[in-house]
Amino acid sequence: MNGWTADSEKEKRIRELKLKAVALRKRVVTLAHDAGSAHIGGALSCTDMITALFYEIMNVSTETVDDPDRDIFIMSKGHTHEPYLCALSDRGFITEETLRSFRTFRSDLLGHPNCRVAGVEINSGALGHGLSVGVGAAIAKKRDGMGSRVYVLMGDGELAEGSVWEAAMSAGNYKLNNLVAIIDRNRLQLSGATEEIMKLEPLEQKWVSFGFETVQVDGNDMESILGGYRRIDWESDRPKLIISNTTKGKGVSFMENTVAWHAGAPDDEQYELAMEELEAERRRIIDNG
Amino acid sequence: MANSVCRKEFSAALMELAERNPDIYVLTSDARGSAAVAPFAEKFPERFVEAGIAEQNEVGMAAGLALMGKVPFVCAPGAFLSARAVEQVKVDVSYSEKNVKLVGVSAGLAYGASGMTHYAINDFAVFRTMFHMDVLAPADGYQTRELTKAIAKSGRAAYMRMGRNAVPDVYAGEERFEIGKAYRLREGGDLAIIACGKMLHAAVCAADRLEEEGIHARVLDMFTVEPLDREAVVRAAEETKGIITIEEHVRAGGLGEAVVSAVAEKRPAKVKIMALPVEHLVTGSEDEILDYYHLNTEGILAKAREILEGEEG
Repeated sequence: MNGWTADSEKEKRIRELKLKAVALRKRVVTLAHDAGSAHIGGALSCTDMITALFYEIMNVSTETVDDPDRDIFIMSKGHTHEPYLCALSDRGFITEETLRSFRTFRSDLLGHPNCRVAGVEINSGALGHGLSVGVGAAIAKKRDGMGSRVYVLMGDGELAEGSVWEAAMSAGNYKLNNLVAIIDRNRLQLSGATEEIMKLEPLEQKWVSFGFETVQVDGNDMESILGGYRRIDWESDRPKLIISNTTKGKGVSFMENTVAWHAGAPDDEQYELAMEELEAERRRIIDNG
Repeated sequence: MANSVCRKEFSAALMELAERNPDIYVLTSDARGSAAVAPFAEKFPERFVEAGIAEQNEVGMAAGLALMGKVPFVCAPGAFLSARAVEQVKVDVSYSEKNVKLVGVSAGLAYGASGMTHYAINDFAVFRTMFHMDVLAPADGYQTRELTKAIAKSGRAAYMRMGRNAVPDVYAGEERFEIGKAYRLREGGDLAIIACGKMLHAAVCAADRLEEEGIHARVLDMFTVEPLDREAVVRAAEETKGIITIEEHVRAGGLGEAVVSAVAEKRPAKVKIMALPVEHLVTGSEDEILDYYHLNTEGILAKAREILEGEEG
C-alpha cells in the first residue's frame, strides 16, 4: 500500500479508486445483464473492497502470478465474484473477450470462481471454505518467512457455516497476523435479513474472542476502507478481521438494500437505468474532485 | 509369516520423504497417534499442522498449503475424512485440482467394537467419484511404504486408506508398484480373485488352498481402486471362468461394482462380489466382523466352488 506524502496526493488517489469502483460496477452490471444471471446484490456491495484490494492494498500482478511471495486473495463468497473477475480482467489476467464469455457454454468463467482462470487461486462457491484455505496459505507463508499476506473475503450470511469457525479458531491458534479476513456485512442474504435468518450479532465480539484484531469500516466508502486498513497493527500477532459494513446492491438505487436483488439480472430497461445512475455517480466524483 | 503395521510403515516413509523434500507437510485432526506421525511432529514441527478435531478445516488448510506449493498429507480417521470433510475434498482438492494427499487411518472396520460411527466402509465409493484423485488401499506394511512414496510424487490428489491393526505380510519387499496397475500375485486360468487392502491376504491364502486341489486361481492386487486397471480386469474375464472380488467396504460403489462395470462393458463374465452389506452391521473385533460376513479365506473358497460347480452344472 502506498504511503501518501501529501493530502492532495491522497485525495487524488482516493478519487482514482472511486472512479475505478464505478467503472467496475458498470462492468459488473453489464456482465449480469448480458449473462441474464448473477448474484448482483452482493457483487455490488463488495465492489469498493475489491477495488481497494486489487488497486491499492494487495501486491498482485500478472508477473507475480506464480511467485509464492505474492499476496493471495480468496473469494470465499464465491457467488458474488463478478467484481473480482472484472478486476482480474482490468489488471490483465483475463482478456476482455474471455470476460464476455461469462456464464456461457464451455466458458471457464462460471457463476463461481474457477482456478482454471488466471489469477483465481482456488475454486469457491460452496460457502464456508475460503477461510480454511486462507489459513493454510498463511501458515505456509509464515513458516517460509514471507512478508506477503492472505486476504479472504466472506459474506455475512456465509458465517452460519460451522467450518468458518473451525478456521477462525485455527487462525487465532497459529497467530496468523498475515491473514486478513474480511466480512462483507451487507446484512441481507437469500431469504431475508441476516439477523432474522440466523443472528450474527454481536459479530465483532465473536471474532475478538477467537483471537482476531478487528477493524470496522464503511465498506462503500473508499476513504473509510483505506483508513481502516491503515489502522491495522501488523506488529500484533493476532489475525486481522475487517468488518466491511456495506449496502447490498450499492450504486443502483432500485437494487439497494433489497432481498429481491440477491440474485438476478437487470432487463434492458433496468440496465439502462442502472448505467445512467452509475454514470451520474462518475460525473459527481469528477465534479467534486 | 511376519506381520506389519501399515501406519508405522507410512510414518517411516513420510520421515524418509520429508528428509529429502522440504515441501512435505503433515496435518492431523488430533490423530497423530492413530496415524503414527508423532515422530514427524517431533522432528519437523515447522512442517506439522495440528487441526484439532476439525476435519473440514484440516482439508481446507491442506488445500491452502498445496496452493503455496507444499505437499500436504492429511491424516485423519478414514471414517471422518470420507464423510465430514467430503465437501472440502470435493471443492478445495478435487475440483480445484490441488495436490493434497488424504490418508484415511484406522479405516475399514479397524475400530471394531467402537461401532459404525467409526467405520470407513464407503470411502472408496465417495472418493472414486472425484476427479484428479487416486484411491488406494495397500495390503501390508511394505506396500504402504511404497505407495506413500508413489503418491508423494504423483502430482495428483490421492486418498490412501490404512487399517489400524497388524496385518500379515503379503509382499516380500522387492516388488514395484505403479499407481493404476494391478499387481498379479498368483498366476492362474481357472478363476481370478481381485482384492485390495487387508483382504488381499485372504485372497492369496484361498488361491494357495485351491492350488492344492489343482485349481489355478489368479490373484490380482487391485491396490488402486481408482483409476481401476480395467485392462487387467477384462483380461481376467477373458482368461478365467469367473471372477471373485473381495473388499473391506460396502458393496455399493466399491471395488466389486467397479469390476462388474468394467467387465459388463467389455467382456461379460461371472463375477461374485464379496463385500459388506449396506445395513446396520454386527460389531466385534475387525476379524470377528469380517468372519461374520464371510469376508475371509473360507468365504472365498465357497464362492470359488460356486463359480466352478456352476460351470460344470
